[in-house]
Amino acid sequence: MIVVLWTDALLWALVAAVAAYFWHVHRHEHLAAPWRRVLQSSAGTMSLVILAAYGLVGLADSLHFRPAIGAAGDAHAPVYSVEVLSVLDLALAPLRTHTETTYSAPLATRAYARETVELGGGRVVREYPRLRFGGAQLAHESDRDRDIARRIALGAGAGVALWLVLVLSLLTAIARRESTSPAAAWHAVWSGRTRVAWRGALYAALALLVLGFAAASLSAEYHVLGTDKVGLDVLYLSLKSVRTGLMIGALTTLVMLPFAVMLGIMAGYFKGWVDDVIQYVYTTLNSIPGVLLIAAAVLMMQVYIDTHPDLFPTTAQRADLRLLFLCIILGLTNWTGLARLLRGETLKLRELDFIQAAQAFGVSHYRIITRHVLPNVMHLVIISLVMDFSGLVLAEAVLSYVGVGVDPSMISFGTMINAARLEIAREPMVWWVLVAAFVFMFALVLAANLFADAVRDAFDPRVRVGSGVAKAAT
Amino acid sequence: MIAYLVRRILYAIPILIGVNLITFALFFVVNTPDDMARMQLGVKRVTPEAIEVWKAERGYDKPLLFNAGARGIARLTETVFYQKSVKLFVFDFGQSDDGRNISQEIKTRMWPSMAIALPVLLAGLAVNITFALLMTFFRATAIDFWGVVLCVAMMSISTLFYIIAGQFFVSKLWRLVPISGYEGGIEAVRFVILPVIIGVISGIGSGARLYRTGFLEEIGKDYVRTARAKGLAETTVLFRHVLKNGMIPILTGAVAQIPLLFLGSLLTESFFGIPGLGSYTIDAIGSQDFAVVRSMVFLGSVLYVIGLILTDISYTLVDPRVRFE
Repeated sequence: MIVVLWTDALLWALVAAVAAYFWHVHRHEHLAAPWRRVLQSSAGTMSLVILAAYGLVGLADSLHFRPAIGAAGDAHAPVYSVEVLSVLDLALAPLRTHTETTYSAPLATRAYARETVELGGGRVVREYPRLRFGGAQLAHESDRDRDIARRIALGAGAGVALWLVLVLSLLTAIARRESTSPAAAWHAVWSGRTRVAWRGALYAALALLVLGFAAASLSAEYHVLGTDKVGLDVLYLSLKSVRTGLMIGALTTLVMLPFAVMLGIMAGYFKGWVDDVIQYVYTTLNSIPGVLLIAAAVLMMQVYIDTHPDLFPTTAQRADLRLLFLCIILGLTNWTGLARLLRGETLKLRELDFIQAAQAFGVSHYRIITRHVLPNVMHLVIISLVMDFSGLVLAEAVLSYVGVGVDPSMISFGTMINAARLEIAREPMVWWVLVAAFVFMFALVLAANLFADAVRDAFDPRVRVGSGVAKAAT
Repeated sequence: MIAYLVRRILYAIPILIGVNLITFALFFVVNTPDDMARMQLGVKRVTPEAIEVWKAERGYDKPLLFNAGARGIARLTETVFYQKSVKLFVFDFGQSDDGRNISQEIKTRMWPSMAIALPVLLAGLAVNITFALLMTFFRATAIDFWGVVLCVAMMSISTLFYIIAGQFFVSKLWRLVPISGYEGGIEAVRFVILPVIIGVISGIGSGARLYRTGFLEEIGKDYVRTARAKGLAETTVLFRHVLKNGMIPILTGAVAQIPLLFLGSLLTESFFGIPGLGSYTIDAIGSQDFAVVRSMVFLGSVLYVIGLILTDISYTLVDPRVRFE
């Protein structure tokens, strides 16, 4: 049975909107030109490949269903489990179900903590027990290192092989399109002379494929990144956290966009009292320090959820609605920056001749705004959307630490860090949960930042003028 | 100048009224005091009497906006709105939900916050400007390129990581400074030094990159060309001309932050156990002490608005092209 959570529906709506936008862009040369410039930069294509990988994980985790658990008696009414799973859970089934009892280090065969084990004949020893799944297939534990090396080699080999197939098909495609030989195409790609910076994309793809396949081949028998306090596989937790991070970044922009665009343009276009009111609203909202406003709003939401338990039947639904509320709150506190930017730009635009002419012809305000103003400020909207994304992903972790983030039952980078941060005080310390969360988050945020830079360079006309001057000066 | 100042301060009043109304709506209308009481006392099996007692102790038992039972002016003053929200304007924060005087807490806690936040701001400015100038000097070379890459990478690391890694290596592994705590006087240095260093490092990425952009913008301007045309050395151009002009937005931006320094940093203070306003706020959020959160929201807004006014003033002082209008 398919379950559609609120955030799933909104995320897919967002994906559809983005797809529609790119279809529109594809048909208009002047809109496609800046995106082509994004693809010209190596950093742009490299980060795009990594973001796409994260996006795939997040989207696979946004198709939820409740598995059927055998028809009880009547074949016409199958019984569904109360547990809500996603397609990603299905793909990662071994990771999800291979749980240990508590912490274990990455690739370990024995648990982190000593336990009292009863031997035959009433003898009791305290030892590090073997894990239920980590390296359980090994006949002798001393074979572990060789087995791990073999698995890494196999996985990496498979990754490289797939990558070579990818490279070859790309080269043939380029060669056919440019009607040159594959060798010439290879030369062009390698020296970075293609119209799309394939080299960067291929590097990123190679890294992802090798790491991904090596991890996959290892995780069949080991916990690649160890297990957490209750024995869950940390790699599984990290992959599940991706969806939460992406949701916070994506849905928040979805919430803030209408406010920012509508109010910002209205303030700049109509001036007068409309401008005064809108400016007053955003100055007021802006003057409350962000974290405090979010904390206040989330606290109030918590009170509401706690005093109305009947509205939220399952934990998953409660956690999901809480995530949605968090995105709405973040959106309401974050729209002011973009609105101010758009107001300033519209103030300049409305004095330009083409808009004056449209007004003189008696074109309605609505039409002027949608046909003449909006397309001319779109670049600002796009730049600020991609720039905000990485900050929101980082904010999630901080807010969860403060206690006003996502629901504690929801897997996210913030909840992972929060649960693990006290464990580094232990001896020997438990470092792998923290490191996994930080590395996964770092890769996502770095890719988002690099992509944002590439987009800004491609879209902002000022940047290109500026760098031209700077180059002339040196 | 005086007229300009007065106008700016008058403009701040409606903003603070707006903030006050927003917090009032958030804290008393979205959820009634009854909800808060039930939350504090535990949701299940709370008697209505217990709720009434809880409300009466904290003064939430009055009507929200209009007290029909009272006489004369008391009809407006004997309300939650007057007692809890209007009094914020004279910085009468009242008592926290666990019965402490909030104003007193703020007065003692703002100095530890300042002891961390001010050094972070000053050292951060010095470090960021130095790095930005270096990258500007070596612009369009490999040093500049990798400098920017490093900045982007440092920006992408969570602040939580800087704090946790710093605490782990410096305090736990090398045992150079205590992990957390605070003492007054000269002893404070031992406790403050690590949070300050971590605060500076975590700000380098975004700061240095931003300032570099600013310096590069300046370097493209005509006066720089003139300076070069007179035959000045590149270092002289950079330090005497570009630095001075590039500092204008940097310094005015820093001035805006000075009032907010009193609020401290939520994360740093709570990780390092500094008894400042940041950890006060975090504790209040954790124990759901609404009175404290409400007070901090208002205090934060006041400080922000003061920062805005200071920015405008410093702009007019530093940059003679800006007039009082």
